[in-house]
Amino acid sequence: MLGHGLANESALLISPTGGGKTLAGFLPTLVDLEAPHKNDGIHTLYISPLKALAVDIARNLEAPINEMKLPITVETRTGDTPHSRRQRQRINPPDILITTPEQMTLLIADPTAAHLMKSLNAVIIDELHSIVSSKRGVLLSLALSRLRTHAPNARFTGLSATVADPDALRAWLAPANQPPVPLVLGSAGAPPDIHILESAERVPWSGHKALYAIPEIYAEIKKAKMALVFVNTRSQAEMVFQELWNANEDHLPIALHHGSLDVSQRRKVEAAMAENKLKAVVCTSTLDLGIDWGDVDLVIHVGAPKGSSRLLQRIGRANHRLDEASNAILVPSNRFEVLECEAARAAAKENAQDTEYPLVMKLDVLAQHIMACACSGPFFADDLYNEIITAFTYRKLTRERFDQALDYVATGGYALKAYERYAKLKLDIAGKYRLAHPMLATRYKMNMGTIVADEMLKVRLASVKNRTGKRTVTGGRVLGELEEYFLSQLAIGNTFLFGGEVLKFEGLDEFGALASRAHGRDPMIPSYAGGKFPLSTYLAERVRGLLADRSKWQHLPTQVKDWLNTQSWASAIPRADQMLVETFPRADKHYMVCYPFEGRLAQQTLGMLLTRRLERWGAKPMGFVSSEYALVIWCLSDVSAMIKQGRISLAKLFDEDMLGDDLEAWLAESNLMKRSFRYCAIIAGLIERNFPGKEKTARQVTVNTDLIYDALRSHQPDHLLLRAAWDDAADGLIDIHRLAALLKRIKNQILHKALERVSPLSVPVLLEIGRESIYGEADDALLAEAADKLEAEATSLV
Amino acid sequence: MSRQHKIALGGLDLLPHISGALYVPEYETLIISDLHLEQGTSLARRGIHVPPFDTAVTLDLLESTLSTTHAKRLIFLGDSFHDAQGEERLNELHLSRLRLITNKYETLWIIGNHDPHPPQSLGGHGAETIALGPLTLRHEPAKKLKNEIEIAGHLHPGCGLSLRGRRVRGKCFIADQTRLIMPAFGAYTGGLSINSDAFKGLFDTEQTKIWMIGKSSLHRFSL
Repeated sequence: MLGHGLANESALLISPTGGGKTLAGFLPTLVDLEAPHKNDGIHTLYISPLKALAVDIARNLEAPINEMKLPITVETRTGDTPHSRRQRQRINPPDILITTPEQMTLLIADPTAAHLMKSLNAVIIDELHSIVSSKRGVLLSLALSRLRTHAPNARFTGLSATVADPDALRAWLAPANQPPVPLVLGSAGAPPDIHILESAERVPWSGHKALYAIPEIYAEIKKAKMALVFVNTRSQAEMVFQELWNANEDHLPIALHHGSLDVSQRRKVEAAMAENKLKAVVCTSTLDLGIDWGDVDLVIHVGAPKGSSRLLQRIGRANHRLDEASNAILVPSNRFEVLECEAARAAAKENAQDTEYPLVMKLDVLAQHIMACACSGPFFADDLYNEIITAFTYRKLTRERFDQALDYVATGGYALKAYERYAKLKLDIAGKYRLAHPMLATRYKMNMGTIVADEMLKVRLASVKNRTGKRTVTGGRVLGELEEYFLSQLAIGNTFLFGGEVLKFEGLDEFGALASRAHGRDPMIPSYAGGKFPLSTYLAERVRGLLADRSKWQHLPTQVKDWLNTQSWASAIPRADQMLVETFPRADKHYMVCYPFEGRLAQQTLGMLLTRRLERWGAKPMGFVSSEYALVIWCLSDVSAMIKQGRISLAKLFDEDMLGDDLEAWLAESNLMKRSFRYCAIIAGLIERNFPGKEKTARQVTVNTDLIYDALRSHQPDHLLLRAAWDDAADGLIDIHRLAALLKRIKNQILHKALERVSPLSVPVLLEIGRESIYGEADDALLAEAADKLEAEATSLV
Repeated sequence: MSRQHKIALGGLDLLPHISGALYVPEYETLIISDLHLEQGTSLARRGIHVPPFDTAVTLDLLESTLSTTHAKRLIFLGDSFHDAQGEERLNELHLSRLRLITNKYETLWIIGNHDPHPPQSLGGHGAETIALGPLTLRHEPAKKLKNEIEIAGHLHPGCGLSLRGRRVRGKCFIADQTRLIMPAFGAYTGGLSINSDAFKGLFDTEQTKIWMIGKSSLHRFSL
């Protein structure tokens, strides 16, 4: 690494966590700046995806610099950096600036950027693998294209964990017209030691709570020095934390860490970890990345790992020393997850990664970047286009598309040319595009960035007083944030679990939600929308393979083996290249269950399209529900009979042509498209972000994007933003690409079984029916009862 | 064919329309609130380039609504233009479409907070309040005189319901026995939750009903 650095060459450094990547990235800079030197601008930029990580790295770097008395200045610049210091950094820049992708973009949007960056020597991008697969990465790659213009000689170094396809990252780092940067491989660490929890208890059919395993998890925590307990969603984190707390007879210090908790609370937990004061932390992806917080020697993963790379990253959190094996225990929360855990364990043992390609060509991000460039100063369209296509992410951008984006930024890009006189960018006499008003730059800064969260409201601890019959509620300490969507469903007096406590909802005020401590033990559980990852394509393939290959079942717990054996007897076990479709009657309805194993998003889209077809063919579908693995549709007509009589052809039902008109017709009305459009409209700067808790004044009123979407669709269906929204939805919310791959894969490979009753494999997804976003203990009792009933039906065959 | 809802107010049966208009058969009058014409160009002046199709979409809806009623008279309940210069920004086509309407129907423009003057180049007359039989029509809900029965707009009432884990939102009419507040008609006008402070004290909650505008029909709920 030092060699590439001293030779002033860009490079990609891939090494597992604990390989000393960060220091390796800095070494050439330290060597370079060792001698006394004159500071005339930033020498090295270090970009980290996490704010907290940036601060930690600065601290870790300052220590050796001070020790060796090197004449090097290091500073951070994040969203938390006060305005005065940012101002000062512009006049008197440090040698090394440690920052985030968003701040990087703000820097290049500044009129002083060219001056600040002129002697830039090195750009180091940490956790590159996690950045490139999101819009943050797309925006960052555009910022880098600009940096190359300011500092043509700067070298770009990417630091990454192990990935399946390093070539994509190597190309990402290089200008599009040059060869990919060289790859430097760090030494591989000892392979991790992964077990699946062997529980004496029964693994449930369905659900995501893993409550059965709490005593065993607790026992493992007790044995470890410090354990990280990873879960997939914030509501799971709350659940597991509370259950562990109930089981905590020894008063072990166990903490909770997730993205909804107040920042100060999270920092306290991190500090306590660093000082090794904790025995365990229940956490979500908030602790996926980052530097060492204390001597973690065990990772417990509760629930499905979802992807091999994610699992490896999380396991890497334990034991940051290369020569020792990381220790991990997987705890499946239901029977399908047992299969997924086993597949992930096998993949992790081979160090096999999911393939995640860098995101490219996002039109909304392009629009935002054009605005950023305009804020930094006037530009010629030709120059900007030629600069942008040097970015890996836009190497295939046509001039026509670029001009459309430029037109969009200037006047909205409408065929009517209605807004020419209200243009944001105007051509000056020299032929340069120039910002029409300085106020636009201020507004750009307020609204930039690619992360659009659901609207969040602060939750504050309330004190309730009853004075002369009048109830007054006053807000106190901030506990954290919750989705506005969730809070809007609560009635005053409802209880929910938050930050490890049961809270009672007391109402809303102008600052957000108010809640008091409740004494009950049976809260409604918050259903957070965030934090759900889809099952990776790679892992899905391995799960199908595991299911099809009986010789691999030996690693599975006995009860799961029995379940699969019963399935092969009562229905069938599909081959790895087949998709099983089962039809059977139950009560007064007829069910069709298929098992694509393609994740909830793609399968929900499939469900939507299949029900349209079944409706047309007279099967009278009533509804559908999808899990990560299976999809069930229930109908009033006898589907088995219709298939037998040839009135429904499964080959036609699952034909790829559903992605044509049916998809188009559904999407026109789909809320998912509207959501996707809202995100694009905000990123592209069409409308302003809502700042929660801030009362909107008349001048700030934003227009509802659903209404804009409708107007655009009917009047200008080829508009840039509709294209951007469709593109995003196809990738994300409706996952068309994955659905298309599925339909192709199962062509002529459908295995149909017409059954007389519920099959064992279908029980988990049937149990998902009727599970709504909020459920409490009473509902769970009902579900448990229903579960037992279904189970009895499914096993009565044996 | 969805059922025709009726809102009983001041001894009259008023017919709410899926578009957000209200028909008063007794007086052959159609009432429409908060058109907010030229909202797009109003925002565009400040650099927010929302699609410039709002006036066209709103006029489409207005024309199709008029064609389904036997109205002879048309009353706009205020905020017909998004700002005081809105009328000047109307393009020729939209101007002539509006003139056709004001020539055909007896038109009354109640002034609102967004449009403090009635339009100059269109037909019809301006007014602050209008008495339509037993009903008092004004833009902003006011502190009523005793026995006064009011129809107002201004607040853009909307509501959201949680059904089977899904949140469904829409504009709505809201009324008790002495007051009705109409939804906003304009293409880009949204809804303000009827639970927000702006609605506090306006309605006798026991008697209040809402008519929510769905995709193809209205839905009545008690509060």
